[in-house]
Formats: sequence, structure tokens, C-alpha cells
Amino acid sequence: MLEMKKVNAIIDNIPVSVNEGTTIMEAADQIGHHVPRLCYHPHISTEGACRICVVEVEGRPNYIPSCATKLSEGMVIKTNTPELHQTRRDLVELMLNNHPSSCLTCERDGNCELQNLAYKLGVRDRLFEGSRKRYETDKSSPSVLRNPEKCVLCRRCIRVCSEVQGVNNLSQLYRGVDTVVAPAFGNDMIDSVCINCGQCINVCPTGAFLAKDDTDRVWEALNDKTKHVVVQTAPAIRAAIGEGFGMEQGIAATGQTVTALRRLGFDAIFDTNFAADLTIMEEATEFLNRFNNGGALPLITSCSPGWVKFLEHFYPEFIPNTSTCRSPMQMLSSLTKTYYAEKMGLNPEDIYVVSIMPCTAKKFEAVRPEHVTESGIPLTDAVLTTRELIWMIKAYGIDFVKLPESDFDNPMGYSTGAGDIFGSTGGVMEAALRTAYETITGESSDDIEYKEVRAVEGLREASLDINGITINVAVANGLNNAKTILEKVKRGEKEYHILEIMACPGGCVAGGGQPLTDAGKYVYPMDPTMIRKRQEALYNIDKNKEIRKSHENPYIIDLYKDYLGEIGGEKAHKLLHTHYHERTPRGIK
Amino acid sequence: MGNILQAYENLKNSLDHASTDVDSHGQIVIQVGSATCENAAGAQLVRAEFEKLIKTTGRKDIIIKQTGCTGRCSEEPIVGVFMQNHIGVKYAHVTVEKVADIFQEHILGKTPVAKLMLDKKTDQLYEHVVTLCGSSHCRNKFYESWNATFQKLLKEKNISDKEVRVISGGCIGMCQHEDHDEHGVMMVYPENVIYRFLNEEELEDIIETQFVKKELATKHIVHTDKMVEEYFKFYGDVSFFNKQTRITLRNCGIIDPESLDDYIHAQGFEALAKVLQQGDPEGVVKEVIDSGLRGRGGGGFPTGIKWNNTRILNPTDPIKYVICNADEGDPGAFMDRSALEGDPFSIIEGMTIGAYAMGSCKGYLYIRAEYPLAIERIENAIQMARANNLLGKNILGSGFDFDLEIRLGAGAFVCGEETALIQSIEGKRGQPVMRPPYPSEKGLWGHPTSINNVETWANIPALLLRGADWFKRIGTEGSKGTKVFALAGKVNNTGLVEVPMGTTLREVIFDIGGGVPNGHQLKAIQTGGPSGGCIPFDKIDTPVDYESLKQIGSMMGSGGMIILDETDCIVSTSKFFLEFTKDESCGKCLPCREGTLRMLEILQRITDGHGELEDLDKLHRLGNMIKKTSLCGLGQSAPNPVLSAIKNFREEFEAHIVDKRCPTQTCQKLISYNIIVDKCTGCTLCARRCPVSCISGAKKMPHTIIQEDCIKCGECFNSCKFDAIEKI
Repeated sequence: MLEMKKVNAIIDNIPVSVNEGTTIMEAADQIGHHVPRLCYHPHISTEGACRICVVEVEGRPNYIPSCATKLSEGMVIKTNTPELHQTRRDLVELMLNNHPSSCLTCERDGNCELQNLAYKLGVRDRLFEGSRKRYETDKSSPSVLRNPEKCVLCRRCIRVCSEVQGVNNLSQLYRGVDTVVAPAFGNDMIDSVCINCGQCINVCPTGAFLAKDDTDRVWEALNDKTKHVVVQTAPAIRAAIGEGFGMEQGIAATGQTVTALRRLGFDAIFDTNFAADLTIMEEATEFLNRFNNGGALPLITSCSPGWVKFLEHFYPEFIPNTSTCRSPMQMLSSLTKTYYAEKMGLNPEDIYVVSIMPCTAKKFEAVRPEHVTESGIPLTDAVLTTRELIWMIKAYGIDFVKLPESDFDNPMGYSTGAGDIFGSTGGVMEAALRTAYETITGESSDDIEYKEVRAVEGLREASLDINGITINVAVANGLNNAKTILEKVKRGEKEYHILEIMACPGGCVAGGGQPLTDAGKYVYPMDPTMIRKRQEALYNIDKNKEIRKSHENPYIIDLYKDYLGEIGGEKAHKLLHTHYHERTPRGIK
Repeated sequence: MGNILQAYENLKNSLDHASTDVDSHGQIVIQVGSATCENAAGAQLVRAEFEKLIKTTGRKDIIIKQTGCTGRCSEEPIVGVFMQNHIGVKYAHVTVEKVADIFQEHILGKTPVAKLMLDKKTDQLYEHVVTLCGSSHCRNKFYESWNATFQKLLKEKNISDKEVRVISGGCIGMCQHEDHDEHGVMMVYPENVIYRFLNEEELEDIIETQFVKKELATKHIVHTDKMVEEYFKFYGDVSFFNKQTRITLRNCGIIDPESLDDYIHAQGFEALAKVLQQGDPEGVVKEVIDSGLRGRGGGGFPTGIKWNNTRILNPTDPIKYVICNADEGDPGAFMDRSALEGDPFSIIEGMTIGAYAMGSCKGYLYIRAEYPLAIERIENAIQMARANNLLGKNILGSGFDFDLEIRLGAGAFVCGEETALIQSIEGKRGQPVMRPPYPSEKGLWGHPTSINNVETWANIPALLLRGADWFKRIGTEGSKGTKVFALAGKVNNTGLVEVPMGTTLREVIFDIGGGVPNGHQLKAIQTGGPSGGCIPFDKIDTPVDYESLKQIGSMMGSGGMIILDETDCIVSTSKFFLEFTKDESCGKCLPCREGTLRMLEILQRITDGHGELEDLDKLHRLGNMIKKTSLCGLGQSAPNPVLSAIKNFREEFEAHIVDKRCPTQTCQKLISYNIIVDKCTGCTLCARRCPVSCISGAKKMPHTIIQEDCIKCGECFNSCKFDAIEKI
């Protein structure tokens, strides 16, 4: 390997020698001098707009943004002088002056990057206060709330929406102090191409983007004596919920979560992972049918509601390729209001289904008109993000860390290891391959870890040999990566058999509803280490499971035997499958 | 490669120039301005009237010719009349009614209408006009003595001052012939010759031959170039023009901007042909570096270095672009518009030469959509150039391909910033992006790009035709060539002025601009538009060049020059500029977006009478912070008008803050109207005029103004016939 060229410079009187191409900010980080910053985000492009990270470079009349300037040979840099300190303080004050002082009632209170900076830089009084911008909050979307009043115009949301998700829904309207971040033509979020993934919420340094809060409805249902309140938790919840209670990253807190839900008063606690196993049964069958009968290939997964809306807006031509399987959440909700209701002798109308999801797009999915029972009631009544569940537990006063562990309720509380890994990118693919391999070959295998589809990066491809048949698969997370692979398919570059597409970078573990990173620390959403740790938590659960293949789940076997009948059969279709339709506005491809 | 110069000559010969030329066939040429400003002043109607009159006479030798802007805004529409062996005459403020007089008396009767002439400097036509070089930066010290000698000799030879008029002219560009420090240069009209003389004997010989014997003093003639001759032929005798040196505007107001024929006969495309024939693109870059030409858009970056960077910084990239920045946005600036409207071909030629030098095959003209006529003329010029193999494939048979495309700007000031302009061409929101990489390395669509301003491009053909040595003789050590300024505000001659770098502000404002009108005093000069600063009167002798202006807290900018007199409030003026930058801030970087708003709020407070002394410190603190931290030039210079105003006119700010008084009585909230009891006759006129009925009083009794209700509209003050109302 070629050795990287080194650049030598002096930062705060400390000589540094770093690889060529390193920015001043990165170099200063290396010596432990964290220059205050705001619009900077390590996993999206550099904007250089907030100017808070400016430093003094000898020989330059103006201050230089350290995030956007590469270190060059012989530079002499000061990251802290009294004048720089005052400059940063003034910049942050200017930001505060155009920001509502509603910290106490803001969801981001205590975990807001602006608040944190103002505190650290000592903005204790207002020297330049004047008028302040006023906007209504856009509450049109069931998933994402947009409040331009709290926007500091760092453009992280725009960058993530464009560069990571390829959606380009957000852009700036007007100019100067009147600049506002909004969908095209100033449309409401509901009338836009927003796919509800919530990545804008994760990267927002303040509370300009927030998920819609549905906790009140759930509190109400829990207190409603006529309701049988059922809750389900998605695979990725257990991998991250502990972070909300100060637990270390990467520790699965499945048992505590179940206990907490039980104490909150839910009548039945199911595991979405059970439905993940069920999804594999249906999807693997769907694949084999298409594979054997010349159906539309590649088969594309349909678990991620962000991806599904993206499909409908930007790639409707791939609708025939996309699996008709409902997402695991909707499969479980559907069975709750049919199979479980029948079993318990309950009127489906009296069942209130709450889903705990790492995802904001699930809130949108739950209100899609396709997702209703035969009698027209929604399959899922309320979707809460991991963050919302954390507040509920905190509001109740439950000391989560000290909770004893307990198990999910049956008959929909047991999952195999295959269902558990759904929360990670590549997980659905791996689970599907475990079942497909055995179905095709007709023999059982112990070699079930498909590590070639595991990773943190956004796009992986693999070719597997099953009984002499080559199966080409690709796994994409982050929709810009999905775009890349879909364009490849369109150009006919390679024949793919299965594509797993997850909207969020890293998969559901880094979804738009997951606990936020600490504003005071220099760890950001999409941080690969954080994603890996959360993924590891899931793979560890899988590793320690007795049964690791969906088709071996005894509860699933019983479900088909007792209730659904044939896999992929008529009843299964009615309860577990859905359809898609092209959407406008179509946005920009 | 064929013979390019031959191809050029063939093209030139194929164009029938004679029919519109003044000199060749004895025609009478009526020149009517046709720029946006001229049209607005009524030039189109004037032209139509002349056409009607010509038709009625049935004469074929009277020709109407349209030209671009001459730069005399306050005098428009301007009409020029030119006949063989006569000195050209220009008429100002021509209306349809005046056309008949000019046509009858001058065109048919051959007697100029003195009372309608531009600047009314004379009531008669001289036989000869002599322009004695008096360019300030080189010849000034000898002009006075040569002029004295000249006058003495005329007297000795009994040549009356009605026969020969002597005026002082700007740089004729003859310095290249300088072999003796004290020689003199003069031009004589209508003969159109330039004489050079080293001593009194030679001068006497010229005068004897030319004015007594009425022959050409052949042995003293020096040959100059057509550009100088044409310009002085048309404008040399008007004081506004003869102190100027026109390179950028060399053809503006002289040629028909819609005629390729006219342009080519003004040496148009000759530089391109020469450059293509030489086949040395690197040499072109070197020539531009040697000339010392710096960007005329305001920044003053050496053009040649920029070209060289574009040429070499990204050697593996075969695609390169050239862009003409015609997004002129400074309030009150119209240099680029005039150049585009008056001489579009020179910009095309300049860009083609630049593209050849840098290895580019594609160029963009980014013009603001508010300039419809400029766009029309450039479009027309591009089409004609294409039709004549001056653009497109294999230009003049050289094997070099180059074409141009127009992109319209939507009116954002910030799109004049090069990275924002590139974003805009790419179809994105016009916002600056971080540099480096500079456009010369990674510009339009990631390819090396050279963006130059209209004025810079317009300089290129002249520079290449005459060479770097000629160019660098004009101007100062660090600033070569000329600069065009848009003179506006409290000055007699508003308009476009092109002067050699190093000309002092005093010369521009008083010699060319004619000073401040109505006997008022000059208070300050605002240069550089919203990015520049207010220069106080005591700096009036500062030479106009990049460094000198920076030193006194302003900047060259793109060329706006606004003159303020003692009735202008400096606080309001700086507030006006800040309002502009606040509105035009793109919103990307925090200091510019939020900081300009807060500075404006503070200034508003001060002009409303709510200011405190510490507000000045706040303006300072914010201003310096915005300058040091903003992303692009707009923000980095936005506080300049305010900071320079505070520095130079602090007492005026303090008057607003401490005394709650606007010394110029401009700030409405700080003035009040009072009725002087002794003078008031009780005529009730003011009370009847008052729109808010806040004046009361019985008939024939002194009235009073109820101050709380007064909206300070000034109606009472203006209507009182007895000066009984005072404004304080």
C-alpha cells in the first residue's frame, strides 16, 4: 500500500503531522481540541455555513472554517484566542436571537446542539436581540413535523435527504433571513415526496424536525377499560432502547423492555420478530414461485415503509418486483385483529394495537388505506418510536435499568434468530437465504451465517451458490444506494435475484425513531461505530438462539397448521399481503 | 490550418462597409443612441422622426445609424451629426420637436444648431479642433507649457480663436512612442491626424503647415490606431469625454452594436485572427499576465494568472469552460449593461480569445434577465458571429472550435459571486460554495472554469491587438489599464466614465463629472457599491486604483460611484446599502444572514432616535465579525459602508444618537416642523393642506402644529408662502 503523504502544521502551538487531505477540524480533533461546530456532520458533505468552527490561520486576514479547509504544509493555526471566542459566542447569539426561547417545552431540551453551544460558549446575555422569525409548524405529516421557527439553517436535513436518501424533498425557499427549509413550492410535508424516514429528525441539531408524538393516544388507550391493548416491539428496539436510559451502546435490553411494557399496562406483549419469521415464510415462498415460474425478478423486499414510498414516487416501474408481503409490523397487527382475536374471543374493534418502532415511516404506513381489516379498521392503531417509548417509561417513573427481564406473550412472542436480525441491514436477506437454501436444496444446513451480506456500508453484493444455481443478491441501505442498484438493474448490467432495500443507513437500528446521540459529544447519527454496536446486539441474540431459521419456528408452523393454511395461500394473502401504487408528485429521479 | 489572417481579410472585404461610413462617400450620418437608457429617454421616437424627414427629402446620402450608450445619461437622447470635412456635432436632450430644427438648419442648411448642442460649450463651429494630450498620469506636467506655447504661436500667426479651438484631451495612447520625456502630442480635426513634436520649432512647423497653408504636416504625423482616432473623432471635443480614455467602451456609442460590419471595420475580430494565426495559446496567457490586467468585477485578481490556473491546474481534464459574468447587480451600476448593449461583439471576441488561450470549447454568458436589450444584442451578435465562422466549428479555418450559450440570471445579487453563479448555471440555488477548490481548478460541472467580468473580457481584444506593452503604459504600478465608472448621485454629469487607473477622484468628479450641482458641497464619495465604503471629501485626491481605494476603507468594486453632498445623511445612506445587502444575502452563512439583519435593526434604531452610544460599538463588533467570518465576498464586504461611515463621519452618528438630531434633516423621525409665530399670518393654507389635520389656529391668528399627530410629511413647510414654518 502506498504510504499517505503527511502534512505538517502547528495547531495551538502543538506540532501535528497528519495525512494529506485532513481538515483542520479533524487534525485538531486528533490532538483533543474539539473546535465548537454546528452545521458540520461527519457523514454528509461539508457545508461550511454556520462559521462557528472558524479558526485563525496565520497570514490570512479572515477566519477560516476548520471543517471545510484542508490542512496544508506549514500552516500555523490557533483554535482559541479571546477574539475567536467572542466571535463564536456572537455567532451563537445571532442564532439564538432568531430562535424561539421555548427550550423548556422543546422535545430537544437537554439534547439540543444549539443549547449546548450557547451554554458552552457562555452566551449569558443578548447583545443584539431584535425581531424573530415566526412560522407555523407543519403538522400535516403523520410522521415528520417541520418547525421552521427552530431551524438554524445548517442544511443538514437537506443534505441527508439528498445525499443519503436521494429523495431531495427538502430545499431552501426565499433568501437571506427569510430563508426557510421546506419541500418544493413550500408544500406541506404530506403533499411532498417525503418518504417519512425521519433522518432529517436525527441529524437536526435543534427541534426543527421532530417525529409526531402519539404517546397521548396510547396513554388514553391504556386507561380505557373497554380496550384490550396489545403492543409489539420491532427487532431494532431492543438494540438501542437502553441508550435512552444511559446504558452502554450495543446492549440488548429485550427482557427489560417487555417488563416495562407490562408495567405500563399493556394487555399482551408480542414480538414483531415473530412476524419477521412469518415474513420470511411468505417472502421466500414468493421468491421461489417467481424463480421457478419466471416471475418478476429481482424480488425486492418490502419491510421498510420509507423504501416503499420511495418506490411509489421514484421507481414505480419496480412495483411488480417488490414483494407483496406486508411489513412484519402489519402482519403482526393483522394477525392480532384476526387470529389472536378469534383465539381470545375478542371483538377486533376492542383491540388497540400499539407498535413500538425504530421508524417514523411506520406511522405513515399505519394510516395507509390498504392496511385495514376486512371491516375497515386500521391494523395498527398507534405507532410509537423508540424515543416515545423511552419518554413513557420515564414519565411513568420506571427505573428501566433495574427492571427484571421477562418474556413476550404467546402465541406471537417467539422468534428464531432469523427474525431477530431483521433490524440490521442485510438481516432480512440473511434470514431469507437461510430458508431459501433449505427449501431449494431440501437439506438442512448448519452453515447459516451469510457474513457476505453483513456490514455497515451502504451497498453490498454477493453471489451464492445453491445447488449449482447462482443466486445474485444485493443489499442496500440509504436510498441513494438503492438508486444505484436499481439503475444498475434498469441498465441490465447484472441479473439480480433478490434485493434487500432498507431506507435508513445501517438499517432499522439507525432508523429515524431511534434514540438520538448526545448533543454534547462528538458522535453523530449514522456513526458507523454506533450502528455496528447496535447490529452486534442483534447478531448476538441470533447467535445464542436455539432455533435460527424462520421455517423452524414452532409457533409459525402451528399458525399455518391451525389458521392460515398454505404458505402463500389465499388466507395468507388476504391477511399478510398488500399492494402498491404510483404516487405523485414524482419528484426528481 | 489555412491562412487565418487571409480568411479574416476576406470576411472584412465581403462586408459592405462603405455605405454607412462617414468619410468614404460624403454621406451625412445621423447617429442616434439606442441603449436601454436612450430608448427610455425617447431615442426611438427621435429616430422615427428623422427617418420621416429623410423620406420627405428623398435623399439617399443621409443615413441614420444606431449606436450603443455614449455614457451621458443626464443628456439623453443624444444625436450626433457627421459630415465629411466637418467637425461632428452632438445634440443633447433631443425631442421630436427639436428634430425638425436640427434637420432643417444643420443637415440641410449645414449650420449647426448651437443652442441644442451637448454641453452648449460653443455657439459656433470651429474650422479645426485640436486635442492636446493632457492625460494626467503622464503628460500633465507639460500640458500647461505646451498649451501656452501653442496659444502664443497661434497669436503670432494671426490665427483667430474662432478658427482653431484647443482642448485638453485624455490619454491618446501615444506613450509608446515616447523617446523624449517632453514631447507633445496633438490630434487635429476634422483631418483626423495625430502630430508629435519635440520642440517649439516643430510645433510651429505643424501650425504653419496645417493652419496657414492648410496642408497636412506629413513629416510630423505619427500613426496611431483606429480605436483612438474613431473615439476622438466622435467625442474628442466634449469635455466630458476628452478626459477619458476608452478601452472597454472603445466602440460604445460609435458603432452600430447590431452590425458585425461596423465592428469588423473598427478592427473587430482582428485580435482573434491574429491570435489564431500565431497559434500560441500559452503566449496569449503570457501576454495577458504581462499586461497586468486585473479583474474588473471588483476583486482585482490578475486575469492572466486566473487564465493560467484554468489552463494548467487540472491538466488531465480535457473540458474547460469560460464564463462571462454579466450579473451586474450593484445599485446604480450599469457599466456592463452599456458594454453589452453598445459593443456585444467585443465581449464575444474577448471570450473566444480567452477560450483559445485556455483550451476551452464552450462558454457561457450569464446575464441578468433584467437586461432584455443586452440579451437581445448578445444573441444577435452570437448568431452573426456563428453565421460568419467567428463562432462554432473551425473558427476562421483555424481548427479551433468554440461556442457560446446565454444563461439568464434571476436577479439575485449574490449570483455575481463566481461560485454562486456557477451553481446557478448548473440549475441549482444560487448560493456560494466554499473555495478552494477555486473554479479555475474545479468549476462549472467540476471542470476548470475561468469566470471574468464583462469589462475584463471587453479589454481582451484591445489588449491583444496592441500588446501588453501598450496596455501596461496606461494606469499605475499595480493597476494597469482603465476602469469604467458609473457616475451617479449629486454630480452634474451623471454617466459612464472610463479613465486610466490612477486618475484622481477629483478629476473624475470635477473635471469629467462637472462637480456637484446647485452650488452644494461634496460630502462623500461612495465607491464599490454595497461592498465599498464612503470616502470623505478630504480624500478627494486619492488616485483611483485597487490598492489606494482599499487603503482608504473603500474598494474599486465593479465601478459604481455615487456622489453625496452636504444634504445627504450619512446614516441613512449606510442604512440604505445595508438594507440592500440584507435583502440580497443568500441566507447560507450565519454571519451574513443574521448579522446584517441585526446591524440594520441597530441603524434603524439610530435613525428613529432610539439609538444609544453603545450601539456604535455593537455595529463595530458585529461588522468586524461579519467581515472576518462570512463565506463569500458579499458578506465579507457587507459591513463596509457602515464601518467606513462611522469611521469618517462619527460625529454625524453621534448627533443622531446623543442629540436625537439629523444634521441633514433627512431622517424623518428626527425632524419636526414648527410655526414661527412672528411670521405666521394665519392664512390657514397649511392647516388646509395638512393631511392629518394637526394644524390649528383661527383665521388671521398664528397657527400651531400638534406635534404628537404630525406625520412629518412636510406639506405645511412646502406650502407656506411666508416662510413661517421651520424644519428642525
